[in-house]
Amino acid sequence: MARIAYQKFEDHSLVFWGLLTLNAVVILAGLGAAFFMEHNGHIVTGMTNQIVWGLPHVFAVFLIVAASGALNVASVSSVFNRPGYKPYARLSGLLAIALLLGGLAVLVLDLGRPERLIVAMTTYNFKSIFAWNIFLYVGFVAIIAAYLFAMMDRRASRSSPLGKAIGGLAFVWRLILTTGTGSIFGWLVAREAYDAAIMAPLFIAASLLYGLAFTVLVLTTMGWQAGQNLVTDEMAGKFRGLLVIFVLAVLYFTAAQHLTNLYASKHHGIERFLLLEGGIFTTIFWVGQILVGSVLPLAILAAPRFGHSRAAITIASALFLLGGLAQMYVIIIGGQAYPLNLFPGMEATSAFQDGQVARYTPSPPEVLLGLSGLSIAMLVAGIAIKLLPFLPRASPVSMAPLPRRPPDPPPVSAPMRAPLPVNADAAKEWNA
Amino acid sequence: MSCGLKSGTGCGSGGACGCASASASARGDGVDDARRNFLRGAAAATVTTLAAGVTLYSFGAEPAAARGPDEKVTSKVRWGLLIDASKCGDGCTACVTACQIENGWRDTGHPETDAQWIRKLMVKNPKNGATFSLPMMCQHCADPPCVDVCPTGASFKRADGIVLVDKHICIGCRYCMMACPYKARSFVHEPLEDQKPYAPRGKGTVESCTLCVHRVDAGRIPACVEACNDTGGGAMLFGDLNDPSNEISKRVAMYRTTRIRADLGCEPGVYYRNI
Repeated sequence: MARIAYQKFEDHSLVFWGLLTLNAVVILAGLGAAFFMEHNGHIVTGMTNQIVWGLPHVFAVFLIVAASGALNVASVSSVFNRPGYKPYARLSGLLAIALLLGGLAVLVLDLGRPERLIVAMTTYNFKSIFAWNIFLYVGFVAIIAAYLFAMMDRRASRSSPLGKAIGGLAFVWRLILTTGTGSIFGWLVAREAYDAAIMAPLFIAASLLYGLAFTVLVLTTMGWQAGQNLVTDEMAGKFRGLLVIFVLAVLYFTAAQHLTNLYASKHHGIERFLLLEGGIFTTIFWVGQILVGSVLPLAILAAPRFGHSRAAITIASALFLLGGLAQMYVIIIGGQAYPLNLFPGMEATSAFQDGQVARYTPSPPEVLLGLSGLSIAMLVAGIAIKLLPFLPRASPVSMAPLPRRPPDPPPVSAPMRAPLPVNADAAKEWNA
Repeated sequence: MSCGLKSGTGCGSGGACGCASASASARGDGVDDARRNFLRGAAAATVTTLAAGVTLYSFGAEPAAARGPDEKVTSKVRWGLLIDASKCGDGCTACVTACQIENGWRDTGHPETDAQWIRKLMVKNPKNGATFSLPMMCQHCADPPCVDVCPTGASFKRADGIVLVDKHICIGCRYCMMACPYKARSFVHEPLEDQKPYAPRGKGTVESCTLCVHRVDAGRIPACVEACNDTGGGAMLFGDLNDPSNEISKRVAMYRTTRIRADLGCEPGVYYRNI
């Protein structure tokens, strides 16, 4: 097999620094929001005693789920022995760590007592899946770091068994991690919207989709900025196929969950709420997750000619991510908004909003904190790509130096945006 | 106390005053009779005086002996409540008010974020319109989901069944609030003032009914139970569910009781009647 060449992002354009600065500003704003919430208490957020997890959790869980899925490409290359994915394995591992750090940062900063993180790291109740997740997250970062070392170190990378072993461990670990994340909800016996074993496989399917969408988006966006085809035609086709499979898996598990509930009379209330009468949650489910986040990108990818282009998988990936955020919003916020059923078959009211659908409006600090998680992931990835050779070099034919083309605004935000030497073939292929 | 007549003076034939010493006095036993009369009268008066207290103690307000500061909490005791919804007045909030005063939480004008350690629930059967009301608080489950999910162990259950939050290691993740089937936990959303030293609270931490653990450890009954007996409908009974001779155990054994969401298998320590 030909040796794969990697590159650092050695660009110092204004756009690149501008994007890094933008992410840094968003992170600072997020930190300020967290301090504001910590100082004044969660009274300044939209969260209540019924909606106890708000928008920050939506972003945090979304990023954490995406993190485990971002490792897909590396896993496919090493565990399933598909050399075509190998050039993207480093970036895959990097994104996994970056997204996890972003998600965890939001999760921690939304705690009522974030300064007690050390308590969470030193005092454990091992019956809690939350406590296990702390180990799973820390272990994930450590294993991926080792995995990256095995891939990037000159001597270690020569040992194929080593890379395969660590890759296998990382793959198993990520499956357990996402099972743990899904089980945070699946093991909540009292909440009708959760309390289902299917939450774990649903989250695994979602992670495969979100993670690959992030990876594809970063690769295509950066290739587009750089004027290089970082994704070969063959790999673009494989990514397209995987995206279709993964979104169908998410839809399958989503359908199975709702159909199972619809069969049981005791769950008709929550299903009627989520699917028909839940107002904003129903809208976000049908329009956000299903229509815009699943059907539309599927239609784009299925389009006869356009569906095979890089533009198609880029747009579809962005839509899958929007759909993912919608999915997490409905699961996390919608699931809490539906009142607890203390007296099945009866109507309960109280001064504590018993029996009422909870209202929730995210406050600006929550939005900033959530977005800062995304920015943390981007900043980490952006700096790492600049410092170390995470990116594959484009195929030799596309590496021939050609005049720069003016940088256009990307269709979605990207961790960096920097012009690299481009060639006409690449530009033509991109614009096709 | 005697019947009020001087010794030896008699009280009429047959002891019509109700004093048991009448016939003895008539026999002329003198001082001994008077002493006997006095002792009998005193005993009767004592029984009469204490009867109400003993009854209240037995039927409504029976704590165990106060626990010494060095004495370990024991699982031989299982504290619990029995609440008779038929005696719980729809508009009565004596238990809620007492809990607020006792533990220092209050209405700050933000109903969706204010802490509520105990609340009144109105429940209606939509089929026939029948209603009942009851107080709802931490159910002090034997297998509490809040304790299971707490990552740091801040949520914990004492050996005697009281479920508490250790405010020192609660990180404010609110997972216990997600897990609680009874919506019994509150998150402290705002800075606090004027806390009670025996019921510490903390902004950014989770809290709930402590079953007035500070009172129970001192041999007293929870404030809500006391208030319900004093000014409410006498609907609440506190006691040791592990002690078969305790009134709460007798009543739980005698009457058909219900535990809310018993189907979840959490084994709540709060029993309800007539719901």
